[in-house]
Amino acid sequence: MALLEVDNLSIMFGGLRAVDDFNLRVEKGELYGLIGPNGAGKTTVFNLLTGVYKPNEGVIRLDGVDITGHKTVEINHDGIARTFQNIRLFQDMSVIDNVKVGLQNQYHYSTAASIFHLGSYKKVEKEYDDAAMELLSVFGLENERDYKASNLPYGQQRKLEIARAMATKPKLLLLDEPAAGMNPNETGELMKTIELIRSKFGITILLIEHDMKLVSGICEEVTVLNFGRILKQGKTREVLQDPEVVKAYIGE
Amino acid sequence: MKKKKLSRQTWTYIVVLIVYAVVEIFEYAGLLSSHLTGLLVPATYYAIVAVGLNICVGILGELSLGHAGFMCVGAFSSSLFSILTENSLPTAIRFPLAMVIGIAVAALFGFLIGIPVLRLNGDYLAIVTLAFGEIIKNILNSLYLGYDSNGLHASFTSQMDLGMEADGTMLMNGPMGISGTPRDANFTVAVVMLLIALFVAQNLINSRDGRAIMSIRDNRIAAESVGINITKYKMLGFVVSAAIAGAAGVLFSHSISTLQAGSQYFGYNISILILVYVVLGGIGNISGSVIAAAVLYLLPELLRALSSYRMLIYSIVLIVVMLFNWAPAARNWRNRVLASIRAKFGKKGAKA
Amino acid sequence: MLSFLNYLISGISLGSIYAIIALGYTMVYGIAKMLNFAHGDFIMVGGYAIFTCMITLGMNPFVSILIAMAVCLVIGVTTEKVAYKPLREAGSPLAVLITAIGVSYLLENLALLIFGSNPKSFTSVVSWSGITLAGGQLHIQGVTIVTILVSLAVLVVLQWFVHKTKEGQAMLAVAQDRGAATLMGINVNHTISLTFAIGSALAAIAGALLCSAYPTLTPYTGAMPGIKAFVAAVLGGIGSIPGAMIGGIVLGIIEILARTYISSQLSDAIVFGILVVVLLVKPTGILGKNIQEKV
Repeated sequence: MALLEVDNLSIMFGGLRAVDDFNLRVEKGELYGLIGPNGAGKTTVFNLLTGVYKPNEGVIRLDGVDITGHKTVEINHDGIARTFQNIRLFQDMSVIDNVKVGLQNQYHYSTAASIFHLGSYKKVEKEYDDAAMELLSVFGLENERDYKASNLPYGQQRKLEIARAMATKPKLLLLDEPAAGMNPNETGELMKTIELIRSKFGITILLIEHDMKLVSGICEEVTVLNFGRILKQGKTREVLQDPEVVKAYIGE
Repeated sequence: MKKKKLSRQTWTYIVVLIVYAVVEIFEYAGLLSSHLTGLLVPATYYAIVAVGLNICVGILGELSLGHAGFMCVGAFSSSLFSILTENSLPTAIRFPLAMVIGIAVAALFGFLIGIPVLRLNGDYLAIVTLAFGEIIKNILNSLYLGYDSNGLHASFTSQMDLGMEADGTMLMNGPMGISGTPRDANFTVAVVMLLIALFVAQNLINSRDGRAIMSIRDNRIAAESVGINITKYKMLGFVVSAAIAGAAGVLFSHSISTLQAGSQYFGYNISILILVYVVLGGIGNISGSVIAAAVLYLLPELLRALSSYRMLIYSIVLIVVMLFNWAPAARNWRNRVLASIRAKFGKKGAKA
Repeated sequence: MLSFLNYLISGISLGSIYAIIALGYTMVYGIAKMLNFAHGDFIMVGGYAIFTCMITLGMNPFVSILIAMAVCLVIGVTTEKVAYKPLREAGSPLAVLITAIGVSYLLENLALLIFGSNPKSFTSVVSWSGITLAGGQLHIQGVTIVTILVSLAVLVVLQWFVHKTKEGQAMLAVAQDRGAATLMGINVNHTISLTFAIGSALAAIAGALLCSAYPTLTPYTGAMPGIKAFVAAVLGGIGSIPGAMIGGIVLGIIEILARTYISSQLSDAIVFGILVVVLLVKPTGILGKNIQEKV
């Protein structure tokens, strides 16, 4: 059984079918790419998977559990975490606090302990610190722990956003154009980081990307979307060489 | 860094205590005019409301223009309690209980008002909090309340309509308010409450719940995506903020002889005044709120010698400070100056 | 029944004043995206300007109103240029709000210094005594009729201006998307100044009508009507011109009827209560549009 199973997913905006009859199987541990020209509906698929939009039709199953129609918050609890195309950090909080917010649902103490710093506060905060530092060091951000998130350079902001998503211990990680705005060096580094978190945490990753080098470099399988519909689906190398896909990308 | 943060929190307490000690010494030595002495408690409770409002504006990121309303319910509920128990409880028990009641009632109102209000955004939220503040003030200002052997009587029209027995006691007298609240609050009590308010506010910021609240402020959509319960934490921030304003209300009602729900005490203009303190002290900067409230409250009062010019000067200062602090041109100029100073001393300034 | 009609008419009249102020509020908010807290104080400035011209200097009421409009216009545009414009690009609406509060304090205290805190008794700018209907049982004051007619005229002219003139179209464009408007070659700063000019001049008219109907003038005369007008603008759906009109009149009627039939002290609470209820049912006001954040 695949980790993520999507069947016949559709959504209408007004009269427009932004995503139409979308199907997807992502196996556990797989690195899967979702590509397509601008406006093809890729981010809409992410928004459907994370409950930002409710689909008009279709079913989404994660690890065999039907999560269709769940709210964004519940979907994170179900096991999906994401990053955003236009980075959405908690910009006025420190780098480490960004990650700690992601850890929120794993380490608990009461509101009273929050307000009065009583009881388990110290002990659990230590656990927060340790877990957050461990994640930050995976992304090479341990020295920036006390920087304000918005003061980080662009590439590190992208990494922090992934770190924060990883902090929620997801089964499936959705990356929305992680390499957007990066130079080739940064992209190369990002590819290594993505490979690293997959092997270290055994996580499944679905990513949207325009950088074909990144897609062909790390994705085992891809789906090509065009005008909201699936154009091609399959092994990365075969799909990228398909004349129809080339045409959709480069035009006539 | 953790240590540094803690020390900053501790420093705030130390500064408050030093100021308190200096003021007490001056007062003991007879160096303070009675006018100035009379300003100490109000300055402190404005500082407390400013701390409370800063949790709402700076930490939760929602603009409230109704915090005077929370002060108002805290003041009236605690005042009623103190009057009713004045003869049966000693001060040492009565006043802390009154404090708890005032805070609890303000928190309850924060919760009830928060249910509708927190569904709104931005300026809509601001105007609705203003509306609630005015509603609270208006209702308390026209409420007549008294008790006699038959129990409690209430009316919105007049004392006559209460229909009380001759031996009845008036509690609330419409626009005339409540008189005879025991004057249990003094500068020392006010400073203790300020320290508690600071403790709560700064603890909250450095905690699991506080981080959740701030994450909603910074990016609601991202907060949802990492599983933060938006409704719950927005409400928590709002309720804590209201509760602290309520505590200030308790101090207020227990430091004056007649408590009235007039505009000059609890109107929207007071909420705005406090907002000015919060913004000038630095949004999200808790200790800044205390300093701004104390200075800005005392400043016009101390400028009384300038009589009618004082508020004019105050308003001009306010505008100029805002322009200087926020206008991009002024900021660029300031950054250039700061950069040249830094260059001289060879420090780096990228850290948060 | 006749007395109800009478109250209804005075409600519409008060509401018309709110509407004129609310029109200024809603335009400024819609286009400059700022809550101009000092807007209510322009009413007061207008009131004092008319008072000075008409009573102190003995000028013709109509000329006095024109001068007051000019005074408010100049103060409004100057305020915008000096106090708001430098902050507008700073990206903090809160900073602009606080500055507006500072401007409000400034205007009130200037008035206090120049005219003192004693209320000035105002003579109505409308000398017509009004009409008597139903055999002398229903008397409608001249100022009431004039107020209602003026507000309707203002609404019609504004609607025409916004939808039919080039400057008005520019306003709509800036209101919708400032960046795109700039790209289309619209002078955004000029458009915002024009909006302030119109809003401030309207406040002067509202000042004339308000002080004629409620003839005491103090430095704080404009504050509460200003807040109520903002409530009216929100009630009608902020940014919408017909919405401001509807919101203003609804608010005026509710206020007068509540004051008459329920309690004069609770009328404000009822007015604000209505706002709360309307926003809960329709969070963007009666004619407001809902805009969702894009993910």
